[in-house]
Amino acid sequence: MINKIVRDMAEAMQGIVDGSTVLVGGFGSVGQPDALIDGLIEQGAKDLTVVANNAGAGRVGLARLMELGRVRKIICSFPRSAGSVVFEELYKAGRLELEIVPQGTLAERMRAAGAGVPAFYTPTGYGTLLTEGKPTAEFGGRSCVLEHALPGDVALVQAHRADRWGNLTYRRSGRNFNPVMAMAAKLTIAQVDLIEPLGTLDPEHVVTPGIFVDRVLTHPVA
Amino acid sequence: MSETSFTSWSRKDMARRLARDIPEGWYVNLGIGIPTMVADYVPLEREVVFHSENGLLGMGPAPGELDADPWLINAGKQLVTLRRGGAYVHHADSFAMIRGGHLDLCVLGAFEVAENGDIANWATSANDTAPAVGGAMDLAAGAKNLWVIMEHTTKEGRSKLVRQCGYPLTAMRSVRRVYTNLAVLDVTEQGFAVVEMAPGLSFDDLQARTDAPLRQGEPA
Repeated sequence: MINKIVRDMAEAMQGIVDGSTVLVGGFGSVGQPDALIDGLIEQGAKDLTVVANNAGAGRVGLARLMELGRVRKIICSFPRSAGSVVFEELYKAGRLELEIVPQGTLAERMRAAGAGVPAFYTPTGYGTLLTEGKPTAEFGGRSCVLEHALPGDVALVQAHRADRWGNLTYRRSGRNFNPVMAMAAKLTIAQVDLIEPLGTLDPEHVVTPGIFVDRVLTHPVA
Repeated sequence: MSETSFTSWSRKDMARRLARDIPEGWYVNLGIGIPTMVADYVPLEREVVFHSENGLLGMGPAPGELDADPWLINAGKQLVTLRRGGAYVHHADSFAMIRGGHLDLCVLGAFEVAENGDIANWATSANDTAPAVGGAMDLAAGAKNLWVIMEHTTKEGRSKLVRQCGYPLTAMRSVRRVYTNLAVLDVTEQGFAVVEMAPGLSFDDLQARTDAPLRQGEPA
């Protein structure tokens, strides 16, 4: 019997090693796997590369993980946002490596990783500071830059409903980066609001099929 | 130089003026700031489908107090609604709509627009303390049409329509049209062409406030 549902946070976090690349879902706070981030803080892995759209806010969650010195590098599209104080402090102090990636290139680099595409050309960012030094080529009269797939060792995602096979559905704009991150990592851990009996989720409505998911932990959100 | 008296357009006027030019049936992404205001001036009966890069197609206005939903935000992280016929998609699909050339129009704000259509709107120096680009580069490169809505000059009176951008670029040769508080201008092979001017403003007055050379364009 396939059962991806784990009993507790310790089991969910088992085997995450130092130096891992961790993909963290969410757009701002919506669809962000807060419980799993806290679990990672507790678990202790360090020297992490974190891929997330934003670089945390306040001094909790992702910001806390960074403040504890556990993150070596962050890859994101929009690090500076309301309340991103920890990021700004660490970045200014030279204690955090930063790679800024256009948001669509960020999503596509992970999608490519999940789809077995090692690299691709895109016009996005051509001729800008963010693509300096990258190989370029022209296709159909458009200048493009070469971007590489961005695979994760681990993905922490947030979803609404799941079953024991790891099929996932999402909640409105909480979907955002979660499905592409689930595809792009070797170990995908999902924090979900509800677990349903197998066969309850309408196959037409499953957004992330269980093949992309390794562990499921319930964490009801108010 | 003698000047006639004129009335510059307010931000609402600018948003209303731009909204007038969006045809029914277009799929449109509005950037953060003045661009967001444009949606308020597209009447509901003219069906325009608004896209938000965090995965909404068919975005509606801000909710009332009773139907506010914390799971439903736009790219500016404000609470919004979804119109009937709308859909949720994930980030890679959302940006496939942008990068795949499926959006008819994107409206962005900018620090500078150059006469060749270059746009600078994400960083004010190469050594920005904490730069952030979001989806601006994807939108500027991917949408079928890129229109910019912005003040004509900075607070210090410096022209934002320039011969060449001084700030780091967001995309090259992308802007088709610019709506400012003083004029509506097309970006053409020959540079900026004036389509319309604020009431009472003369061509010479407008040129005096613009770094890039202007020419008279076809009226809208």
